[in-house]
Parts: sequence; structure tokens; C-alpha cells
Amino acid sequence: MLRPDDPLAPPTPGFDAPWQAQALALADAMVAAGHFTAADWATTLGAALANAKDQGAPDTLNTYYEAVLGALETLADTQPGLSASARRTRRQAWEAAYRRTPHGQPVKL
Amino acid sequence: MATFDADEAARLHRDLHSHLPSDPALRVKTLESLMVERGFASEATLDAWVEAYSDHIGPKRGARVIARAWTDPAFKARLLEDAAVAIKDFGFEGSATAHLKAVENTDTRHNMVVCTLCSCYPFALLGMSPAWYKSFEYRARAVREPRKVLAEFGVSLPDGVDIRVWDSTAELRYLVIPQRPDGTKGWDENRLAAIVTRNSMIGTDRDLDPGKA
Repeated sequence: MLRPDDPLAPPTPGFDAPWQAQALALADAMVAAGHFTAADWATTLGAALANAKDQGAPDTLNTYYEAVLGALETLADTQPGLSASARRTRRQAWEAAYRRTPHGQPVKL
Repeated sequence: MATFDADEAARLHRDLHSHLPSDPALRVKTLESLMVERGFASEATLDAWVEAYSDHIGPKRGARVIARAWTDPAFKARLLEDAAVAIKDFGFEGSATAHLKAVENTDTRHNMVVCTLCSCYPFALLGMSPAWYKSFEYRARAVREPRKVLAEFGVSLPDGVDIRVWDSTAELRYLVIPQRPDGTKGWDENRLAAIVTRNSMIGTDRDLDPGKA
């Protein structure tokens, strides 16, 4: 059973967490700048969603945005400087930055 | 003798990691910082996008287009001819509406939009798509059993009204033009726009209520 929202209620926020909006913004920017084609994006996101469904992921917004992020990473692998190994190194740098930064201060690499 | 307290170790572990953002947030941060650094995107553009879609880009844009179509036959003809061009009158064009087709509801035809592949949606015109539009369930069932899905949205189509389901793609997205309800004669565009619901422009709502203006 679908759970349609009240069509006349104020629009609910489209994002449960900031990273979801940021992930879509990155995808849109890459398409707008021509680094990915819109068709590549749709196909890759479609495959990520189909995979999530096959794996039995719950039918939720979080599952959807996880697929968005997965698709973004899949397409990033085709771009210079965004490979999985570059991402691994950068992620470790961010984790280290978060751990060494005192609470409440801006986190910088 | 050294002791090992599993609960204490778990607490320390949780504490250590509690300062870290969630896994997806870290992955996005990683991608974003690399993309900005490598010149794929600028931080200002990304921030502006997030602000726009979290805040002021929403279905009111589409509602204005519909209200114009109801009051200006020449605009409606242009909208049906090439919606991507017509919405430039409002400055609403965007990368997600480069190719846009408007489909009109009539007494004998109801139109409904889905993206069976992923979640293609005219978001420069309607804002972020609702959660249900992205769900596995809507995407699978809208084509297979549209009347049943519509009923779950509270819409029962009378006999004699056929239904056409449009499957969006990255190249072509859709905007449903709902029927102008009776009792709105002489209304201006702003008043009309106020009764146009987001779902009516996706086709999961049909009869608009003038009492809601």
C-alpha cells in the first residue's frame, strides 16, 4: 500500500539529512557541466536502485539516497582524480580531521 | 593483571566514532571536496543548489504555469507544442526540464507520470519529487495497475475516463495539465495557481477544489 501524502499539505522536506541534498547537487552539477550525460546518470541510478531492491533494501528515502550516492561513486570512477583509491585516501584524511578537531570548531583538512 | 571490560571498550569505541559524521555523509564530503578541488564543480554552485531545492524551488512554479495555461489559450498552445520553450516565459528552465512535454487531462483522459527506471522528474518546475515518487512500489505499480494506485491516492476515475501513464526518461519529462475546476470563472492567475496541487501535475490527483484557494 502506498502512503500518499496529503496533496494539499505544505510540502514536506525532500531531504532527511543534508548529505542527501548534497549528493543530488553533485550529480546535477556533473550532468550540467557535461561530465556525465543525463542518460548515463539515469541508467546508473536505475541500476543502483534495482540492485538495492534485489538485495531486499527497505522501500525508503534513505535507500533511495544511498542508491544516489552509490551511482555517483560508480560514475566518479570514470573521472580523472575521483577514483576509488583517491576517495579512500581523501576519506581517511577527513576522518583524521574530524578526530583531531575539538568539538564546535570548523573541520578542515 | 590487565582486565578487559567489553562494555567499557564498546563505550570508548562509540565515543570515538560519535564525532564522525555518518558513513554516507563522509562519502559525500569526500566526493565533494575532490570534485571542487579538481574543478568539476564549484562550492558556490553546490551551495546555491542545495539552498534553492531545500527552500524556494517547489511546485508553486508548476502551479503558475498551469494557471497561465488556463487563462491564456495562446500560452497553452505553446505549452502543449513545446513545454521546455514555453516555461522560459517564467525563467523556470533548468537541466531537468531541457525536454519537457505537457499532457492535458480532459473529461475522457487522465494522465499520470512515473519514472520506472529511476526518478526522472521536472524538478526545476516542481521542486524535489515526493518520497512516494521515488519508491520501488510506485515505480513498479504505476504502469501495471494505475487505477488501483490512483484509488490509493483517493482518486477514483469514472468509467469512460481512460488513463495514460507516461514513463519519464532522462531525455523527456512530463507535466500534467489538470482540468480547470468549475466555479473559478474570472479568477486571476494567482488565485488559480493556489488551487493547483503538486500531485495534480504528476497525475496522482485529478479534481481540484476551488474551495482551497
